[in-house]
Amino acid sequence: MEYFLQQLINGLTLGSIYGLIAIGYTMVYGIIGMINFAHGDIFMIGSFIALAVFLILTTVLGFTFLPVVLLIVLIIGMLFTSAWGWTVERLAYRPLRGSFRLAPLITAIGMSIVLQNFVQVTQGARVKPLPPQIQGGVTLMEGSTEAGRIVVQLSYMQMIIIVTTIVLMTLFTLLITRTSLGRAQRACEQDRKMASLLGVNVDRTISLTFVMGAALASVAGLMFLLLYGVIDFYIGFLAGVKAFTAAVLGGIGSLPGAMLGGLLIGMIEVMWSAYFSVEYKDVAAFSILAIVLIFLPSGLLGKPEVEKV
Amino acid sequence: MAAVNNAAVNTAAVDPNSLQASLKDALLAALLAGALGLFFLGIRTDIAPGGLAVRTRWGLLLTAMAIVFAGRLLLNLFVFKTKRPVTRAISGSMAGTGSALPTLGWWMGRGLFGFALVLPFFFMTFFPGQQRQYIDLAILIMTYIMLGWGLNIVVGLAGLLDLGYVAFYAVGAYSFALLATNFEFIGFWTALPLAGLLAAFWGMILGFPVLRLRGDYLAIVTLAFGEIIRVVLLNWYDFTGGPNGISGIPKPTFFGLEFSRGEGGFADFFGIEFNSIHRFVYLYYIIFILAIITNIVTMRLRRLPIGRAWEALREDEIACRSLGINTTNTKLTAFAIGAMFGGFAGSFFATRQGFISPESFTFLESAIILAIVVLGGLGSQIGVVIASIVMIGGIELLRNIGFLSQIFGPGFDPTQYRMLIFGLAMVLIMVWKPRGLVSTREPSAVLKEKKKIGADMVAQGEGH
Repeated sequence: MEYFLQQLINGLTLGSIYGLIAIGYTMVYGIIGMINFAHGDIFMIGSFIALAVFLILTTVLGFTFLPVVLLIVLIIGMLFTSAWGWTVERLAYRPLRGSFRLAPLITAIGMSIVLQNFVQVTQGARVKPLPPQIQGGVTLMEGSTEAGRIVVQLSYMQMIIIVTTIVLMTLFTLLITRTSLGRAQRACEQDRKMASLLGVNVDRTISLTFVMGAALASVAGLMFLLLYGVIDFYIGFLAGVKAFTAAVLGGIGSLPGAMLGGLLIGMIEVMWSAYFSVEYKDVAAFSILAIVLIFLPSGLLGKPEVEKV
Repeated sequence: MAAVNNAAVNTAAVDPNSLQASLKDALLAALLAGALGLFFLGIRTDIAPGGLAVRTRWGLLLTAMAIVFAGRLLLNLFVFKTKRPVTRAISGSMAGTGSALPTLGWWMGRGLFGFALVLPFFFMTFFPGQQRQYIDLAILIMTYIMLGWGLNIVVGLAGLLDLGYVAFYAVGAYSFALLATNFEFIGFWTALPLAGLLAAFWGMILGFPVLRLRGDYLAIVTLAFGEIIRVVLLNWYDFTGGPNGISGIPKPTFFGLEFSRGEGGFADFFGIEFNSIHRFVYLYYIIFILAIITNIVTMRLRRLPIGRAWEALREDEIACRSLGINTTNTKLTAFAIGAMFGGFAGSFFATRQGFISPESFTFLESAIILAIVVLGGLGSQIGVVIASIVMIGGIELLRNIGFLSQIFGPGFDPTQYRMLIFGLAMVLIMVWKPRGLVSTREPSAVLKEKKKIGADMVAQGEGH
């Protein structure tokens, strides 16, 4: 029981990170109907920027007060990662709008390769370790099993991740439901041509969608860096596929669905590693992706896709 | 046209075609490049004693910004913000040659085939010192050509974007390796058809669940299947050897003659002097023949009903189904036949290397093969050849060019940038010519007269 609770907390933490990345996939799919294959690599870019800013603040400039440092890292990371998201859209996707369907997917794969290798060439192929910055936690429960004493702990790191995710999600939902930008986005999602006839700047709206997705991915990148303490240029691939699975599981195009899917995928991955095998945890994620797409293509909260001729 | 319209509307504002506007735009691009590169080019984190250390490289960042500024300015002046873009002049002059292109492609195909036929002897005669290296490179390029042609059936002809093609390559390689290491009597030539059949079988198995999917979803699920197969190969120690892979895979024999020194070897039998190059020449001809078989089979299949059904499926699945084509069979045969050639190539890879491990079958490999097919022009056979030569051979040859390392310093290794160039080429070519380099393709079946579907028509909604 205690073991299960502990795994539940771990799954929730991991799921929050996947959920934040999944929002980027689901928004882009909702608005232009393509899989932004490079989104996982935007997440990776975000974690590298976070690492660089963090190191500059702590080792070069000598700041020591951690909450302020993390806040600055968060904001700078979001700004610069957004620039990457915007550029990727501008260079690789916008020129192909209206081209045949597979074209943007192929440029997206190309962009993903470019981003990975750009980071590998400029930052080196070796992993970047960062010692744990936030330690300690709250003990929720104590129990004993045959194997020994077992403690259910909610670490401060996990608390920060969960709280940040909730705050960001609230802000984000407000942005989508209450602002004119959110309204423009929802309009473009329903009918791009009609929205543009009614005076919505479609290109700008799509760009801003990529910017928002990238900003959320950068937060996920920072959290991943702090939680695992190790990043390399290849983390974007697996995290991207899992987050995409989350988006599909939740119902692609649906924002609450993305978060729900993220949490579920995080849980499944953690439980699978805890109770079955660690080696095959990626197989679990990939199998869920295949199963959901084949048997439940509209996901849990999504609308069924109507095929237009 | 758009630029002209803009100019008419904003007569009061700054003329968008002016030098001033171009400069401003280029400056913005350079600033964006600076922002993007700041934490990657400008700053580098390295593992140092006592944690990570930060190193600054402002020179590199400024150089990158200057390059972006100059590049953008030139593009603005000659392409984007001018009434007479250079690209139009180029495509204008190309339009004249467009009608001559098919015959050019025909001659080029014949020429390349002829060269490939005598290639080992060409290198043995003219580059005796480096013959082994060059023939080895030719074998590598030929393997990618074969893989490209195999994938072209699935992606180019049937229009099913398969991101997990490397799985069949892996199935072929592991089938051969396991058969050959577990059974004494199985050699390369007996295992080759078996490996192809097994790969085709796996193509059907993996193709079956994805029948209902299309486009992006199909791509992602095939990617997932490819990764599942790799992870299973990596973790099933008893069967596949896990990350250690399988070694001691036998070399192919020439009608039972081994390419070894001494009694009973190839050289001994024919009474010629033993030379280790013989084995490479033999390997080259094996893959050459396999690749040519792939090409011939594809070209013949295109003329059969099944090939036409593939092309119809690529153009429009709904129309295809309404005309009574069995899409299930059509898709499954495309997957199976594509996978079979992947399996043949995989067997060849295993016998050439003598050692295989899951490392060789990552997603990146799938992406390289896909890039070759895409860059060559989806559905174009000669395009795959050109893309393989340029992408695989060109970059390997960069390594040998001396002056590059004089410019960039002794530690310069172009292979490090290989994938970066690959990715960039994929994006740029797709943006510039969405139908690939050899983008003019003729429909196999025609009504009355042949109409070409060129890249320039795609933008107008034709040839989807």
